[in-house]
Amino acid sequence: MPSIVKPIATHPSLQRNELGLTIRDYEGAMSTLCAGCGHDSITAAIVRAFWELSTQPHRIAKLSGIGCSSKTPAYFVNGAHGFNSAHGRMPPIATGANAANRELTYIGISGDGDSLSIGLGHMCHAIRRNLRMVYIIENNGVYGLTKGQFSASADIGSKSKKGEANRMAPIDPVMLALSIGATFIARSFSGDKEQLVPILKAAVAHRGFALIDVISPCVTFNDHEGSTKSYLYTRQHELKATETDFVAPASEILAHIGQNGAVSVTMHDGSVVRFKGVPENYDPTDRAKVHSYLEEHQGQGEVVTGLLFVDETVPDLHEMNATADVALTNIPYEKLCPGVEALRRFQEDFR
Amino acid sequence: MRASVNDFAIKLANVNGTGSASANGLLMQAIFRMGIPVSGKNLFPSNIQGLPTWYEIRVNHQGYTARALDYDLMVAMNSQTYGKDIHEVREGGFVLYDSTWPLDPALLRDDINFLGIPFAQLCNENFRDPRERILMKNIAYAGSLVAVLDVDMDIVAALLDEKYAAKKKLKESNHRALRLGYDYAKDHFPCPLPFHLKTMDGNQDKILIEGNMATALGCLYAGATVAAWYPITPSTSVLDAFKGLCEKYRRDPATGKNNYIIIQAEDELAAIGMVIGAAWNGARSFTSTAGPGISLMNELLGLAYYAEIPAVIIDVQRVGPSTGMPTRTQQGDVMECAYASHGDTRHILLFPANPGECFEFGPKAFDLAERFQTPVFMLTDLDIGMNDWVVPRFQWDAAYRPDRGPVLGPEQLEKITKFQRYLNQDENHVAARTLPGVDPKGAFFTRGSGHNKFGNYTETPDEYREVMDRLLLKHKASAKFVPEPIILRQPDAQFGVLTMGGCDLAVREALDKLAARGVPADFMRVRGFPFDSAVEAFLEEHDFCFVVEQNRDAQLRSLLTLETSVAKEKLRSILVYGGFPLSAKHVIQGILSSLGIPESPAPELLSAASRRQEMQVED
Repeated sequence: MPSIVKPIATHPSLQRNELGLTIRDYEGAMSTLCAGCGHDSITAAIVRAFWELSTQPHRIAKLSGIGCSSKTPAYFVNGAHGFNSAHGRMPPIATGANAANRELTYIGISGDGDSLSIGLGHMCHAIRRNLRMVYIIENNGVYGLTKGQFSASADIGSKSKKGEANRMAPIDPVMLALSIGATFIARSFSGDKEQLVPILKAAVAHRGFALIDVISPCVTFNDHEGSTKSYLYTRQHELKATETDFVAPASEILAHIGQNGAVSVTMHDGSVVRFKGVPENYDPTDRAKVHSYLEEHQGQGEVVTGLLFVDETVPDLHEMNATADVALTNIPYEKLCPGVEALRRFQEDFR
Repeated sequence: MRASVNDFAIKLANVNGTGSASANGLLMQAIFRMGIPVSGKNLFPSNIQGLPTWYEIRVNHQGYTARALDYDLMVAMNSQTYGKDIHEVREGGFVLYDSTWPLDPALLRDDINFLGIPFAQLCNENFRDPRERILMKNIAYAGSLVAVLDVDMDIVAALLDEKYAAKKKLKESNHRALRLGYDYAKDHFPCPLPFHLKTMDGNQDKILIEGNMATALGCLYAGATVAAWYPITPSTSVLDAFKGLCEKYRRDPATGKNNYIIIQAEDELAAIGMVIGAAWNGARSFTSTAGPGISLMNELLGLAYYAEIPAVIIDVQRVGPSTGMPTRTQQGDVMECAYASHGDTRHILLFPANPGECFEFGPKAFDLAERFQTPVFMLTDLDIGMNDWVVPRFQWDAAYRPDRGPVLGPEQLEKITKFQRYLNQDENHVAARTLPGVDPKGAFFTRGSGHNKFGNYTETPDEYREVMDRLLLKHKASAKFVPEPIILRQPDAQFGVLTMGGCDLAVREALDKLAARGVPADFMRVRGFPFDSAVEAFLEEHDFCFVVEQNRDAQLRSLLTLETSVAKEKLRSILVYGGFPLSAKHVIQGILSSLGIPESPAPELLSAASRRQEMQVED
């Protein structure tokens, strides 16, 4: 994807994280997306989340498919290893990468065309495998690079820029993910970094596949009146179901968890996601309740956001396969090759 | 009738799903243990139960074990195919059939002999369980063959004891059924028949194995840790075997954890994506598939080629196009693999001829993929992959270490100012890569979109071309690393004969027989693509060459004309592509008819039955 190199000028007073890095160290190349594109706000949230988590940049693998959203890995964490692959195929590439080296942090950036049309099957199966990765759908309901076709997430009645109304039912990634056993499901809005950053941090800490569907308006092709993925429509219809805090693993903070009756979930790495506010009868760990809540509110045209569902009890791909605790890439060849004598003995069975 | 020891072919006609495979396997293994060169070809339908299936066994003391086409003995256990089966027996041959029911007189031939044994009746009298009655019929016919062919009974009995060591009741039933057939044959027929077996010493250092097992073993020894696949005939048993091997050799005894991962993908697009992702991260990863899978993988194969990521693809070829005939063999994916994916792409291909080479080429494929940072295809086929082959024991060099190609670690990175992905090329035009997560300085951005030698996005013609031109040089450089062709010369050879893969045995047998008839020819079996200089030289030194292959469109010939300077007119095709393995008779007939030499001096070469095998000769 095209990108412009950013001048590096770091102000001495910039705050540093545990690794001594400033937030500038987590930035990438200059974005070439349209001015005002929701995707750039998501990029900014990712930069902040990784900086706050003090993740070593080179231990991050950032992957994507094809589309406007898939350009964005070039725009964050320059020091990470990037892989801009093929349209819809990021989940298999990420699956293989993670299979080979379970020690890295994987973040995949996708869009509604990439994930809900051409790569829908791949996304579903990555969910089923509970592949440990952060999976972001930058969802704008439209194909940008090919200039304005409806995507599979376009709502019935939503109008294209030319005024044509979509008549097919949308694929809602949140409802889909709930129905196929996803273990971490969030929806957010690119205009709401306050909400998105803690969700991203929780997603990194999650044991398996963390899906974040981010409504991210396309200022060029889908931000007009009549669109249900515009800034205005999203702001008017957003319903924040949950508010979350992410608390990194640290004993002095753990003491506060669970106060005031708020729900908290301990993540796989010991960190805690604290739900500051949830509606009555809403339990983000109860799949059925979440499902009926979403049915009810989305049925009323509301865009429900927040960290909607978490289940930390499900093993991830490696746990299901009892893979070695270390990265397979770190196992020396001598341990992998059975050797001359084993081959001789094995062949006795073929006599 | 011809009398012969250790030189005949039998065909067993069965109904699939009735348990005949274990009886046929038992016979194969017994003959193998008698030290006699033997091959088994399973001609089976794409079906689970109820359709006709055949198994052919050819024994030949000289080691000619390609498919025979003429059958001295037909074991006709499937009344649906009696007509065809009886018709295929050579003059003076024998038919062994179940005489519980009378044979339709219209099926009788007076130039062959019929041996009737009431298998169903014998089994009904001796076994109570209905399923057992069906299964034991197979062992009973195996018993009768032990008698009429003089198979070593002690070896057969020992095999049953080994197989059913832990299942006493089954062992007893099998022994009883074996004896039923054996005794009946001994009591009613003159045993052995004029053609029969005699113990020899031909299999001292040999094993009896299928190619798919050998391929899996090769991947295991290569150090592959990630396998991703989608089930497809005839490649499924590669992954089944790999799984079994990993469970045996790759489970850490101390922790119980696995030093491998096998992922059954949602489709072949995903399977190759996983292979590429894993290889990007530095694992040796592979997939195993067949032609339809390669079709689906085309998109990402181009990504791996352009972004320069290793990948090993095992293609166990079957009959195409489309679904084709999934349980039949062909060499129809040569062109598809050579240039897989859109845009200018070209790949490295390996053509193993037998299980021995499947094992040997496994590590070779990974070495090539990593050395040249590119997809490598190993093209086997159903005949090699799923049939029973007698091959020399596999050898392993304890000194082998994977060739990882140019990879920069922390020490090398420290010495350079800035790492650029495609900048530092070696003498083979391969640029050093880094592995994710190893060193902060090694981070780079992999992309399938246009990029320059630094790895940065580009839409500039010169920058784009610079990378593409290097990729071409890199592919050319790999020619001297792929396995060299096998060349066998004969004095006064009048022409050359080229072939690849599983055609090997049939073509070599044909050339021996043609030489004996005064038609000597040189032989070359190509084992890899891109072609190295030895291939070019062989083509140059002959006035004309035959190219023997198993596909309709002469794909190897096409590849030779595209990728060498040979004149198209110099290459004559012999094409056998009906789906059954090649026979020497196809090759002899093809060459003689092209040369205008009458076949008559050797009327035994082709029977009426073998003439019907679909075949095409092109000049």
